[in-house]
Amino acid sequence: MGNENTILSVQDINVFYGPIHAIKGISFDVQNGEIVTLIGANGAGKTTTLHTISGLLRPRTGTVVYDGVNLSKIPAHKIVERGLAQVPEGRRIFLQMSVMENLEMGAYVRKSNENLDADYEEVFHYFPRLKERRKQIAGTLSGGEQQMLAMGRALMSKPKLMMLDEPSMGLAPILVEEIFSIIDRLHKGGATILLVEQNAQMALSIADRAYVLETGTITMSGDAKSLMNDDRVKSAYLGG
Amino acid sequence: MSLVFSQLVNGLQLGSIYALVALGYSMVYGIILLLNFAHGDIIMVGAYTVYYSMTMFGFHPIVSVLLAIVISTLLGVTIEKVAYTPLRSAPRLSLLITAIGISFLLENGAQLLFGADTKSMNVLISGSVQIGSTNLSLAAIVTIAVSVVAMIILTILVQKTKLGKAMRAVSEDMGSAQLMGISLNRTISFTFAVGSALAGIGSVLYLCAYPQASPTMGSMLGLKAFVAAVLGGIGSIPGAMIGGFAIGLLEALASAVGLSTWKDAVVFSILIVVLIVKPTGILGRKITEKV
Ligand SMILES: Nc1ncnc2c1ncn2[C@@H]1O[C@H](COP(=O)(O)OP(=O)(O)OP(=O)(O)O)[C@@H](O)[C@H]1O
Ligand SMILES: [Mg+2]
Repeated sequence: MGNENTILSVQDINVFYGPIHAIKGISFDVQNGEIVTLIGANGAGKTTTLHTISGLLRPRTGTVVYDGVNLSKIPAHKIVERGLAQVPEGRRIFLQMSVMENLEMGAYVRKSNENLDADYEEVFHYFPRLKERRKQIAGTLSGGEQQMLAMGRALMSKPKLMMLDEPSMGLAPILVEEIFSIIDRLHKGGATILLVEQNAQMALSIADRAYVLETGTITMSGDAKSLMNDDRVKSAYLGG
Repeated sequence: MSLVFSQLVNGLQLGSIYALVALGYSMVYGIILLLNFAHGDIIMVGAYTVYYSMTMFGFHPIVSVLLAIVISTLLGVTIEKVAYTPLRSAPRLSLLITAIGISFLLENGAQLLFGADTKSMNVLISGSVQIGSTNLSLAAIVTIAVSVVAMIILTILVQKTKLGKAMRAVSEDMGSAQLMGISLNRTISFTFAVGSALAGIGSVLYLCAYPQASPTMGSMLGLKAFVAAVLGGIGSIPGAMIGGFAIGLLEALASAVGLSTWKDAVVFSILIVVLIVKPTGILGRKITEKV
């Protein structure tokens, strides 16, 4: 932890919703170039953790260090500027705006329009379906397309670290496969990813390392392949 | 025939003022879900600005008008910063009560500073234009033209510019907008600035029709603009424009058929009917609960 290659280091954070103690002193890190996954059941605290990293929530104690900087005093919109993007749970695209306008919002933090067109093309390269639908109102896209748009939108900010909150949620199995293969390709293209999932099977299959979150505490961690073979993980998250 | 035509123009004149004021209500509601009842009183401040800068300081009408717009804008942004920003995560009712409080503060403050009497001034625009057999007041034509231009500029601002798009993003999903790197403070201030500038323009146009200022002049105008915003669908920009013109035309119609003493009652009956029949208004979007 804390070496040159660490892009994100979460240190002993405690997060509360009023009296509810949602995150109870968890620590983890992400190295440049890795896919790290945080798996856990409903209500384990996965979204809370991501919101705490991106500044929508603040930890009561503990720190989040991203790219060598302690984020505790930095407002959420400034954190994005530093290259930390979050694809929120439930996609949260702007339903009344067009596909293209959503992507423009993703590029909001960019200081100049340099390479902008090339970056739109790169997004369309990963998600060709968005290109056909660029003028369409985002609310009329299918669930899978909306997930693609949410990811494309995040890519437009040129993130150094991309956090994905349950990208498989509510999608048919074939689309889940498609989304995960795109995440895998993004990773192979050099992206660093923190992936939050309930679908442990899929997440572990593409991740380098994993953490298991249970009611606000990290109970297991390690290499994704070895966790996949761990009996406790198998019985609790992989259906036997 | 010519009577119908001139009533139509009257209705459009009044309606464009309502529309400009309704836009401020709708935009603010769209972004922070607040019925900003202090909005009408900004018009009153704008009107006093014109009055004093012309009668006391002898400024040129154009300078006075620009001053009124600038002061209205600054006032709107200041109210937002001082009174509403600290309540951003408070219950919506606290925000609403605060807005009503600010409205009282402005009205009573004006009474204290300027006196309770009505200040009359010279007409800003006089003269008329002959179109066919009808004589139309120049003020009406200028009013309609200015507001149409203002609405076109607003539409371009909201649809095409980066700040306008950010505004739409925030009004759709505040959390998600923040994750795009959009500053809430900046975007919300911008919204208040634009809405209050439109109210400033509205105050000047109102003075063209009724050249006088009084401490409570903003409340009835504000309420009618609010009805217009609800009729059009609160939160919707084109809705506010349509609602404003509709209310103006309706009032003119009521006067034309001899119900002029009842025209306020007609307007508020509209509010009741809309709330019963179609609470989301003509163009209102469904209020989707945000996760
Ligand atoms: N706004 C809130 N107010 C109060 N409690 C909350 C709030 N949001 C989340 N919680 C609680 O915090 C805990 C963690 O929730 P969180 O949303 O982080 O879980 P999650 O792991 O993302 O679950 P899911 O897989 O269902 O998305 C849960 O017990 C939840 O009820
Ligand atoms: Mg979640």
